[in-house]
Order: sequence, then structure tokens, then C-alpha cells
Amino acid sequence: MAVIELSGVNKVYGNGEAEVRALDGVSVTIERGEFVAIIGASGSGKSTMMNIIGCLDAPTSGNYFLDGIHTAELDEFQQAQIRNRKIGFVFQNFNLIPRTKAVENVAMPLAYAGIGRPERRTRALAVLDSVGLSSRADHKPSQLSGGQQQRVAIARALVTNPVLLLADEPTGALDSRSSSEILDLFDRLHEAGRPIVMITHEMDVAERAGRVLRMQDGRIVSDVLQQPLGGRALAGAQ
Amino acid sequence: MSLLESARFALAGVAANKMRSILTTLGILIGIAAVIVLLAVGAGTSNAIKAQIGKLGTNVLTVSRSTAVGGRAGAGAQVGASRTRSTNLTLDDDKALTDPVLAPDVARTAPIVQAQSVTGTYKSATHSVASFLGTTPSYFAITNSAVASGALFTDADQQAGNPVAVIGNTVAADLFGTNTSAAVGQTIQLNGQNFTIAGVLGAKGSSGLNDPDDIVVVPLSTAQNKFTGYAPTLASITVQATSADVMNQAQNELQMILDARHRVDASSRDYQVRNQAQILTTATNTTQTLTILLGAVAAISLLVGGIGVMNIMLVTVTERTREIGIRKAIGASRGSIVAQFLIESLIISVIGGVAGIVIGFAGSAFPIIGVQPEVQPWTVWLSLAVSAIIGLVFGVYPANKAAKLRPIDALRYE
Repeated sequence: MAVIELSGVNKVYGNGEAEVRALDGVSVTIERGEFVAIIGASGSGKSTMMNIIGCLDAPTSGNYFLDGIHTAELDEFQQAQIRNRKIGFVFQNFNLIPRTKAVENVAMPLAYAGIGRPERRTRALAVLDSVGLSSRADHKPSQLSGGQQQRVAIARALVTNPVLLLADEPTGALDSRSSSEILDLFDRLHEAGRPIVMITHEMDVAERAGRVLRMQDGRIVSDVLQQPLGGRALAGAQ
Repeated sequence: MSLLESARFALAGVAANKMRSILTTLGILIGIAAVIVLLAVGAGTSNAIKAQIGKLGTNVLTVSRSTAVGGRAGAGAQVGASRTRSTNLTLDDDKALTDPVLAPDVARTAPIVQAQSVTGTYKSATHSVASFLGTTPSYFAITNSAVASGALFTDADQQAGNPVAVIGNTVAADLFGTNTSAAVGQTIQLNGQNFTIAGVLGAKGSSGLNDPDDIVVVPLSTAQNKFTGYAPTLASITVQATSADVMNQAQNELQMILDARHRVDASSRDYQVRNQAQILTTATNTTQTLTILLGAVAAISLLVGGIGVMNIMLVTVTERTREIGIRKAIGASRGSIVAQFLIESLIISVIGGVAGIVIGFAGSAFPIIGVQPEVQPWTVWLSLAVSAIIGLVFGVYPANKAAKLRPIDALRYE
């Protein structure tokens, strides 16, 4: 079963003269274990794509199945649950909650999943350890570097063990050393079998992915399988 | 997501901006403290007046000479001018009121004569007496007066016209100093006439305007002999009904008797009856109005405090739009966002409420404009409930505003 299945998805903003067709009949399937980069110029529809894949926005028409669930049939509460259990978000500007310790930021999705405090802390510390930040667990975001903040954000995205890691320009706000640290982390996650969808406009970042979708004017104009740089070969290519 | 978790997030939100939270809390605090103190002042006033009237006896009627002559009725009727008015209240009137057949609800009566500007002297000390009465011993029973030291004068004193006096606490303190019991048995001069002090009355306490302890009571016959002369005119008759429940019957009975004796009717009465029960009712109504007014003023300040909470919550929601977006992206449902912000405003207003109750109690410990406030237990519960309701009511709009934010808009918010 595919992790993501989009078929004939349209997203239209406004109407009449002011109508903007952000997504125009997008159909794509992403399998488990894939590391997909979505690239395109600004205004190409890649952010809209990300919002729809992340259940932050609903398509105007067309179907979107996430892990086999037809998202159009979900109410608001169920959508919140899907975001909580199935998707881990990583944002360009980290989006950690200020004045809140790293470990508490990581544990927060578990709180919304209804998991008790002691278990939350244990699991959050374990994930923080896996991104190499166990020594910074009690630091607040303002006391962490950009790269460290992004690793906390990735830990937060992973803590609920989601079926999909959704990253929006994850290296956009980082220097090159931090960027490569984050991308190495993504490679490791990919090798562990976690599906990753990453939106970026930097080609060298996209090169790390096994599959690159190029978007233009709301359509997917190319879909290329490639030998990922530093990553493992595609399962199907072997 | 349990309410407990929401409460934790809310508490962190309150703590994140301590100064602002404290100032907002202050608005509720002042409102609640004002409600408690002002209602306590209202209750204190009401109780003080009731106690004052209670000391005079709740089943007491006072018949006094009417000072106004006829009013409209007298002026309109030309014959009224030539009508010989009856000789006001007399001792015979007093005796007639105790008729067990015509006035079964009257327990006893006390005729009263008064003399103005009486000055008491003891050695070099002098005291201008506010109230000088000549009456019978039944006066003490009717007005619940008892001696703190010495004894009341007796019927024998009354019949013999003995120069004995019972003095109030204020008079005793002025003439004899703080040890008022030293007055008993001493001879003082009242307007130059010697009187032996039989007893000192227990203090009744001042109600502010008039001092019920600034009083000298002598036997009626003595007062007539030495001060007012033997003219049969009385200043007033104090009447005690058999119980507080039959006040109105007693009043009707004595009006019937006096109307017949004075040959007057309801429109031309030359006397007036003051009914303590009526005075009590009037006083109670007045203080109730006062209490409602005070409460309304306090309620307005509480409303202002509530608007303050709402204002700050709206600022908080706007300020934390991004945080709300993040929370929604990582799985917060609408309900848990509402709960978080609602609990936050609840915390602010209930802390304000509890602090307000404490301050209210502290403020009520001191007399305010001569009234000792009495905190009503129900106002405490009411204040707690009101502060919680304020938190909920004024928190609903901001919390809903937060919950309604679309995550993609909230995340984009700078």
C-alpha cells in the first residue's frame, strides 16, 4: 500500500477573475521507503502540495489517500489526529514552541496523542538521543543553534513514529555545515526505511533524494528516479 | 488530550508573561474585593441599625404630641381654626391605654416628661445632658434598660417623688471618670437641684448620630416637681405591645382609645404614633437599597476587570498565533486549543478572585465611615463563582478565535 496516493488533485484559490489554480490535476503515488524531493520555483504549487499532503489544507477536488485513508472523509478532529499520528512535520524555521525545553517540545505531540507524562519523557529523550541531542534536552530553543533547533524539530516529528516525514525547506535557514548534518540525518532515516517527502528549491539538496518531482504551474512536469547522493540505491533499481 | 494536559499548557502560558498576568489578575482582584467589602459595609450598616432599633425594643410604640397642626385638613376647614384642641397627652391618657378590655395587646406603658438643657454638676465636673426624662420604672422594662451598677429607681421613689436619678454611661463617665460605678450613691446637681444617683445604666453604644447613653432618668413625679411643673401634659407615652407580632393591633387599639378621648379622627389627630416595627422595616428597606447600590458599583468594576481579561487573552492569542499553528500541525485538536486558552483565562480570573476574597476580608476588618463591615459568607462563594464565570465568559471568544485559526495561516503568521 502506498503511503501517499494523489489522484487528479486540484486546488483553486479565489474565484472568477481572481481564480488561482495552485494545483492542476496532480496525480502521484509515493511508496514506503521512498525519499522524495519536490522542487520548483516559488509559485509552482509545491507549498500547496505540502499543505495538502500534510492534511493542513484540503483539495478543491480529487482524492488524496494517506496510508490508505481517504482524507476527504475526515472531519476536523480526525484530521488533527492524522497530523498527530501519521505525519511528522519539519519546517524551514524550526517552529519550536518558545520558552519550552527541547525535551518538552519533542514530547508535545505525544501529549496530544494522550500519552502519560513519564512515558512521554522517556520516548522524547530516546528520540533526542537518536538525533544526537540528549545533552541539550533541558535547553530552551533560544539556547540552541539553528542546526540543533532543527534536530529538535526532527525529533519532534519522529516521536510519534509517523508513516511519513514531511519537510518544508528543512535546510533553508541553516548554514552549509548544519545543512549537511541535517541531510545526513535524513539519509540515516531513509536508510532505516522511513518515507520522507522534502520540499526544496536547492538542487544540491534535492540530489540527496532518490526521486525528484519537479513542479511548475501546479503540475508535476518531471518525475525522475536517481541514484541518491550518499544514500542507498533505490530498492527497485537493485 | 486530557484537561490536565491543557491545564499544564495554560499554566505555562500564564507564567510566560508574569507581569501581564499579574496586572490582569489585579483587575479581577479589585472587582471581587470591592464586591466583598461593599456588601460587607451594606450588611454592617443594616445590622448596626437593626441592633440599634432592637435595643430600643422591637415591640415598642411611641405616642407623642403632634407638632404639625392639622395640615391641609385644618387649613381647609374654617371651623377647624376655632376648634379647641385637646390638651395633648396626659397622665389620664396613659392610664386609659392600659385598659385590658379596650387594649388587650398593650402590655404596659410609661408616661414621659422631658426637660431641655439640663446640666449635671458633680464637684467641678459638668455635663450637658442630651436627654433628660421623667418617667415611671416601667420605662426601663419597656426599653430593655438595665443598670451596670447600683439600682433602678422604684415605684416607691416614683410615688414619694424622691430626688433620685438613674444616669447613662456617658453622663457617668463625664462626671465621675472611667470608673462609672463610683457614681452610685453620690449626689449630683441637675440644674442646681440635688439628686442622688441610684444607678448607672449599661452602655448601649452610640449609633453615630445620637448617643443613647447620654441620658438622665428620674421619677416622673420628681421631674414634674422640680422641672416641668405639675401640668398634666406629657411629652410622650412609650407603649409596649405584648409581643412584636401584635404591634399593629396594639397601635389600632391605642389609636381608638386616644381618638375617642381627644375627639379626633384619622385626619385630625393631635398625636402621632411611631411604631418600632415600621421604623425597622423602613430602615431595612433603606439599607437594602444602599447595599444594592454598593453592590452595583462593585459589579461594574468587576465587569471592567472581566473585559481586561478578555483584552489580554485576545492579545495573547494574537501574539501566539504561530504557536497555535505549530500545535495544530503537530496534532492539537480544536477542543484542546479551546481548553488551553479557556483554562488560561480561568486561571487568571480565579487567582484574581481568590486574592480578591483575601483582600476583601482584610479590608472588611477595619471600620469604614463608622460602620464595622460584616463579610457575608455567601458573597465569598458568589465571588468565587463570578470570577470563574468571568474567566469562562470572557475567555470563550479569544479561545474560539485561537481554535478557529487555520494551521497554514497560523504557521505563516509573522
